[in-house]
Amino acid sequence: MDVGLFGQYVMNGLMLGMMYALVAVGFTLYFGVLDVINFSHGDVLTVGAFAGLATYLGLSEIGVSWAPAQLAGVLVVATVCMAVLGAAIAKYLVLPLKAAPPLNTLLLTLMLGTVLHEAIRLFYPLGANPQRFPPLLPTQAYSFGNFTLRIDNVMLLLAGLGVIVGIHLVINKTKLGLAIRAVAQDEETAKTMGINFTLIVLITFAIGSGLAAFAGILHGLYYGEINFAMGLLLGVIGFSSAIVGGLGNIYGAIIGGFLFAALQTIGVVAMPFPSAYKDVFAFTVIILIMAWRPTGLISEKISERV
Amino acid sequence: MTGIRFRHVAVFAAALALGLAPAAAGAKEKVKVGFIGPLTGGTSSNGIGGRNSVDLVVRLRNADPKAKYEYELIVLDDECKPNIGVQAATKLGANKDVIAAATHYCSAVAISTVDVYHKFGLPIIVWGAVLPDITYGNTYKEVHRVNGTMINQNETAAKFMTGLGYKTWAIIHDTTDYGKGHNKYFTQYVTENGGKILGRFGVTSDQQDFLAELTKIKSLNPDVLYFGGLTPIGVRIRAQMEKLGLKAQFQGTSGIVSDTFLKGSGPLAEGVLAFREGAPTEKLPGGKYFLEQYNKQGYSDPPEAYGAFAFTAMTLILDTIEAVGPDRKKVRKALNEVKGANAVDSITGKVAFDDHGQNTIAVITKYVAQDGKWKVWEDSDYAKGLRKLKGK
Repeated sequence: MDVGLFGQYVMNGLMLGMMYALVAVGFTLYFGVLDVINFSHGDVLTVGAFAGLATYLGLSEIGVSWAPAQLAGVLVVATVCMAVLGAAIAKYLVLPLKAAPPLNTLLLTLMLGTVLHEAIRLFYPLGANPQRFPPLLPTQAYSFGNFTLRIDNVMLLLAGLGVIVGIHLVINKTKLGLAIRAVAQDEETAKTMGINFTLIVLITFAIGSGLAAFAGILHGLYYGEINFAMGLLLGVIGFSSAIVGGLGNIYGAIIGGFLFAALQTIGVVAMPFPSAYKDVFAFTVIILIMAWRPTGLISEKISERV
Repeated sequence: MTGIRFRHVAVFAAALALGLAPAAAGAKEKVKVGFIGPLTGGTSSNGIGGRNSVDLVVRLRNADPKAKYEYELIVLDDECKPNIGVQAATKLGANKDVIAAATHYCSAVAISTVDVYHKFGLPIIVWGAVLPDITYGNTYKEVHRVNGTMINQNETAAKFMTGLGYKTWAIIHDTTDYGKGHNKYFTQYVTENGGKILGRFGVTSDQQDFLAELTKIKSLNPDVLYFGGLTPIGVRIRAQMEKLGLKAQFQGTSGIVSDTFLKGSGPLAEGVLAFREGAPTEKLPGGKYFLEQYNKQGYSDPPEAYGAFAFTAMTLILDTIEAVGPDRKKVRKALNEVKGANAVDSITGKVAFDDHGQNTIAVITKYVAQDGKWKVWEDSDYAKGLRKLKGK
């Protein structure tokens, strides 16, 4: 395989991995603080992308046509709206069920996810159809043999990287992050230390959902298209990535995301079977890894064992 | 009248003009014929268009003083659901007064009802469903079809594309029966015509990311990327081709001939080719006449894409009954003899069935996306040489 082609595969895989990692981080944050699995996460991403698209259309309508301003508007509105939505989900759906068996929360969020994407399908104008997402970034492309480098892809990759680094800093270097880590480690002790448990949970859900919205916009800008069902598979893959990396560990989720993207790419490029089996291949490897390391590649520092 | 003989209709028109239309109708023997299509649900606009078109044939014939029989149309709804379709087919089949029927727009329904028609010996003509197996998956003498299938579509596509000078293809198809069928038939015909398939990629119908497949295709460097699948992933693939700078010509199937594809792809749709069974009604040999008559009746819904085929199916049924009498066996035999030199004229062009009852002279239209619209190839700037396809 020539270098250009290899470079192209790596670039594709990195972009895909970035999106998976952003979704997986959300799953792992929720699990960290509350030990719940929020299956509506993928659909929050979809709603975020559509909120972004609606913002773009709204801005165009009132005459804002300068792309950077549009992009800023799209990002801010989508992220903030989804952060609020995430906090609302935590406050009104997840926290009240805290004493109930975890299966109830799982089922509840699963149903909420269905409500969210069906609502887009039914209430967004022509929501059942794929929607074109406008190219808000410069689209110059440079060809090096088989490798096409697009400026927008580089910017998206850097932005994704920036967000992940940002999350890392927030979790590890701020008081808020300290509180989140404290709640994740031991809820009761954290409460006795004067940490406002409910507030921290709400903030964590807001951060996770804001990340989902960002991933949704990334998806729209990268693929140039969004649709009401895009969150379904992304949710499943993000969840698997979080699990395989070690649920509750942010770095595990990031590694899991990139690992999954790498497996899918390898499934198409380097395997002798038809490309239709790439997901079969990727999920099979994930199953094998989970059999090998049941608590994930990087497990939580304190695993609860009964 | 477009150079084709419409004997009965011409007479009817004359009769209408003289104002003696329904004159001797009362004395005639009554004959029942059937129609089944989706009258409710998501595809109901097509079903209602078909129903109206069939109703139009019956009305015209009943107003024709030369007709031997007076026809009564029994209309049933299949809701585009196989189980409901089988019930409707059984109802028609069990009613011995029904001599023949024009049935089904939805492939899934048609494929599950053919056994019923065979069991009851009821001759039918399919007017809209395109799955090849409806006619080719059995040897039932009762089953006929006037519209083309994806086999005809790909034969036309392969001939047309090789004719333009394209030599190599990469195929992406979804892994449903629809996509797999397109892959199979296009490969068969393009190979026969001297084309070469460099690689084929099956994808699931909810896949988002095609960049790995497309990167591989880019390294194969085909002239054309053939896509056998439906609009949603067609939009994604077209957008992602651009991301990779993949310069191949994009060729789709009937699955992407929709406004949704054009809206979803925006400016990237320009120059995309696609093929579909049938033709815009006004482009059909007798399309103008059909639309005139249709509009005269004041139906509240349009005939839609397959209305003209429903019209042809019912016209063929009534002509046959006129010729051999109201008897299922005789009608079945006569319909099976519509082949070769016995091909008949209709508003959709000539009709001739093969041994499976499939119309072999099926109309296929070539489309190219131009300025955000699907243009019939012959009328497009591309055919006139004003614009160029990729690699030309």
